[in-house]
Formats: sequence, C-alpha cells, structure tokens
Amino acid sequence: MSQVKTGRSRVLPGFGLTLGYSVAYLSLVVLLPLSALLINSTGLDWAKFWQVATDPRVLASYRISFTTSAAAALVDTVLGLLLAWVLVRYEFPGRKLCDALIDLPFALPTAVAGVSLTALYAPNGWVGSLLEPLGIKIAFSQQGITLALMFIGLPFVVRTLQPVLQDAERDAEEASATLGAGRFRTFRSVILPGLVPPLLTGFALAFARGIGEYGSVVFISGNMPMKTEIAPLLIMSKLEQYDYAGAAAVALLLLLISFLMLLVINSLQRWSGRRKEAV
Amino acid sequence: MLVAASLAACGSKESAGSSAEGKSSAAGTKSSAKEINLLNVSYDPTRELYENYNKAFAAYWEKEKGQKVTIKQSHGGSGAQSRSVIDGLEADVVTLALGYDIDAIQKKGLIKEGWQSKFDLNSTPYNSTIVFLVRKGNPKQIKDWNDLIKNDVQVITPNPKTSGGARWNYLAAWGYALKQNNNDEEKTKEFVRDLYKHVPVLDTGARGATTTFVERGIGDVLLAWENEALLSVKELGPDKFDIVYPSVSILAEPPVAVVDKVVDKKGTREVAEGYLKYLYSEEGQKIAAENFYRPTLASVLDQYKDTFKDIQLFTLKDVFGTWDETQANHFSDGGVFDQIYTPGK
Repeated sequence: MSQVKTGRSRVLPGFGLTLGYSVAYLSLVVLLPLSALLINSTGLDWAKFWQVATDPRVLASYRISFTTSAAAALVDTVLGLLLAWVLVRYEFPGRKLCDALIDLPFALPTAVAGVSLTALYAPNGWVGSLLEPLGIKIAFSQQGITLALMFIGLPFVVRTLQPVLQDAERDAEEASATLGAGRFRTFRSVILPGLVPPLLTGFALAFARGIGEYGSVVFISGNMPMKTEIAPLLIMSKLEQYDYAGAAAVALLLLLISFLMLLVINSLQRWSGRRKEAV
Repeated sequence: MLVAASLAACGSKESAGSSAEGKSSAAGTKSSAKEINLLNVSYDPTRELYENYNKAFAAYWEKEKGQKVTIKQSHGGSGAQSRSVIDGLEADVVTLALGYDIDAIQKKGLIKEGWQSKFDLNSTPYNSTIVFLVRKGNPKQIKDWNDLIKNDVQVITPNPKTSGGARWNYLAAWGYALKQNNNDEEKTKEFVRDLYKHVPVLDTGARGATTTFVERGIGDVLLAWENEALLSVKELGPDKFDIVYPSVSILAEPPVAVVDKVVDKKGTREVAEGYLKYLYSEEGQKIAAENFYRPTLASVLDQYKDTFKDIQLFTLKDVFGTWDETQANHFSDGGVFDQIYTPGK
C-alpha cells in the first residue's frame, strides 16, 4: 500500500508542492517589491493607504470578491474533479472535443464570456427567464458573479487534476476492491488522498484567478456599491478618476490578502502531501 | 504634377504661415510632399461621426492646402482614452466626453494651459444633452425628472465613478433638483439619493447601460445622451422606444483640443488645428448633426430643428463651476456620490 503511494509521488514529484513553492517565492521576490515600487511612485503614504484601504465600500468589495471567488473555486473543485474523472477514465464519443472545450475559458476574452453569461441569465435571457418565476435571481447579484468566476476558473481545476488521474495506477483500486472495500470506501481511502494536493492547487488557482477577474464580472454583477461591487472594479473606478495612488492602495491590499491565502493553501498542500507520504 | 501640387502647397502655406509657429511651418513644408498622418483619440459614440468627418476634412484640406491627410481614429471610454494619451499614445488631437479628461492630460504637461479658450464656445464644436429613453408608449408615464423616483420605476444609468457620460446624467438630475428646490442643497441631495435607489444595475459605461436597457429589457427609463437616444431609436426602430425630453437638462459639452507636445514634435500643428477648426464649419456642423450631435452653428441647427427639440439647458459652469470643482465635490472619493452610497444607507 505504502509502496504504491511513494511510487506515485515519485512519478509526479510533488506537483502541487513545487507549484506552491514557486507561487510563494514568486510572490515574495517579484510581487511584493513590485507593489512597493508602485506605492513609491504614486507618492502614497501610510495614512492615505490606510484611509483608502479601510473605506467601507472598499472593504465591502473585498468581502464580495473573496466570498464569490471562494464559492466559485469550491464549486469548480467538485465539478472539475468530476469532469477530469470522466475525461480520463471513460471513453465516449466526443471525448476529445469535450477535452478541447475545457480550455475555452482560457482562450475566450473574458468580456465576451461576461456578455454571453449576462445574456443567458438576465431576467429575459434563455435561462434567466425560466429562473425568474421561481424567484431565483442570477444576473446582477452575487450568484451571477460566482457563476462568471466558476466559468473562468473551471479549466484550472480540470487541467491540474487530469495528469494526476492519468498517472494514478489502478491496481490500488483493484486491490482495494478485491479486499472487499465498497466503492465509496475505495474512493475515500484510496483515490481521494492522492488527489488532495492537486485539488488544493486547482482550488488555489481558480480562487486567485477569481479575485483578479474583471472583464467577465462587470457585465453580470450590476456593480452595485456594497452589494455586487468587486474589488477590481473599484481599482478601475479610481483609475478613471486619475487617482493612481488610491488604485495602487486597493490593488496592493488585494495582492497581500490573496498572497496570504495562497500561502495558507500551499501549507495545507504541503501538509497533506507529507501526511500522504507518512501513511 | 506632384511638383506643382507641392509648389501650390508651399504657396498657400506662405499666406497662412504668419499665424503658425516657425517650427511647425518648417516641418509642415517638409512634410507637405508626403502624406500626413493625424491621430484623433476620441470616445466611444463618436466613431461614425469621425468616420464621416475625416473623409470630408481630408478632401477639404487637400483642396485647400494641397496636402494629403490620413486621419486615424481611436475610440474607447473617455477616461481610458485620456489615460492612454497620458501614457504615451501619440494623439495629435483629442475629442473627449468631458473637459475633465482633457484637463488630466493638460496636468501632465502634454497640453498647454488655457486649451479650453483656444477654439470657439469653450472648444466645444458640437454638444448634446441628457434625455430619457423609455419603452414604446411610455407605460410608466415618465415625463420629467421627478417621475423617476416614483415607486416602481427603474432607472438605468452607468456608474458616474467609472463613466464620464454618467457624470453628465448625474449632474443633469442634480441641476434639475436644485432648480426645483430653490437651490436647497439638502433637498437636492435627497432627490438624487432617491434617484439612485431606483437604479437596479450600475454599468461601467454608457454603451453597457444601453445594452442593459435595450437588449436585456431591464428598467423603465434609460438616462442617455441625446445622440445615443436618437441613434438607438433609429437603429432599433421607432416602434420600440420613445424619447422623452425632461423640462430641463444639462448642456453636455464634449470638448476638443490639440495635443501640443505631440503636434510640435511631429510638426502637425497646422493641420491638427485646421482639423478641429473645420468642425465649426457648415460642413463639419452638418456631419455632427447627421450623427445626432447638436450643431452649434445657428444656421445648421435651424435646418435640423425637427431632430433636436428645443429644451431649457443649463451649463456645467452655471451650476457647478469648473470640472475640477465638480469632480472634487461630487465624484471623488468621499464626495457627494459616495455619501449617497455609503453604508447605513
């Protein structure tokens, strides 16, 4: 049992781990000095920084950005696992096409995605008109933002999981089945542990992408202050007023928070990786 | 033939040269033989206007000066366009949605101070106003600004913090309320606060708001520039929308300016100034009117009086002062617009 697992981690030498480290170091070495430079060049001082960063509307936008990104990344993690599983484990007509379609959100300009999603989910859209009578509001609400972020985040999870699933050896599952474990038990104790690090990586990537996303969200969110206004929109709004310092302040704080959250996710990954090896 | 043309060009330059600066006229003579390129950085809804105007101007300039001019256009949100110019997009002329966006370029030293008095009428060759676009038959019976805050009316307007056009909408409503309440600032603020409570979606730009209203079918009334409203009705059919003129509105002045630093470097000052000046000519004014901008030349306005309804208009200067003051009071962080939206509300 442990033989198989160490074998597996040698096949992919800590994929999630290396990625995690890269992200962490990249942030430390590149992103933070970069933002410090930005702050310097815009002539921002700490008092102004604090004033901008603690503005209730800015705080609300952070809350909205982070909750919707987290929700979207969470859903993507589950959906992505399913999709990756189906694509790797089953042969069916159109599989290659499906596989290619996964990358569509990468290639599509996000504004196009935003406009299309809004057209679909607006109260008079194909889907929106069906949901509206049921009292479900998607477009111009936080659900709409989450939906847009799910759309652009999904490929990250699928593409992170696919290679891991591809490389996973089936004998462990077969052994588990022969030893009398049920399907759920096999999934929980044999398959899932190996998938935790890539799942976390996928989650982190989708989450990070969601926080910075602008184009697809501004169309579907309605941009209502305190309700559906995302942080990147406030950055744009400050730029529109030629308030470069204010924009830099919001951006920097956004960067810092995401960096901290990525760090947490990375340590989780490292921890689950270690635990796995210890089993 | 070519020689003759360039000789003619030099000749006419002599006569016009007295007003032009030495440096630019020297460069102008040098470039008169080859083609001259101009870049006009403008905002979104002027695309068709300048497509037509550029053709007319090129023909006029070649006839007048013997120089071939090719004009390139760049369109986008007014604020974003202004930032591009600040960041180094080499615009010979800017034709933006509000003076504030040109002021921003001036503050970076690319445009000389006092640009607004360089051309007639505050450097605004054509103007517009803010009107209401409602659904056919005007089911909610919206006639004036105070109908917008009735119970179930939904108003579509973009966010004034991200859209230059939306600032005109906001200021128009403010000006109306101020007049209605005998200049009582508190009551005016209350009215505008109420108005924005009736806004279900704040798009980032004017085109987005139009899409929300027209395509998504959201809202009962769209606050729009008159030219956009007229265009919507023309494009989408008069059977779908009606235009409502409120009792009073703002004179929306989209100004123009020569980018001094660029034209001096490129030696295109003469043609750039000619380009903007010709906007005031009868031909330029007609093209503006055909693209639904209000001409400022009385004779042309008279010809198009069926299109442009006569309404009472106030200017930014009358009510709010300069753009700098307006921006600081209303739209900057912590300004009136933020107060309307801060929590506890």
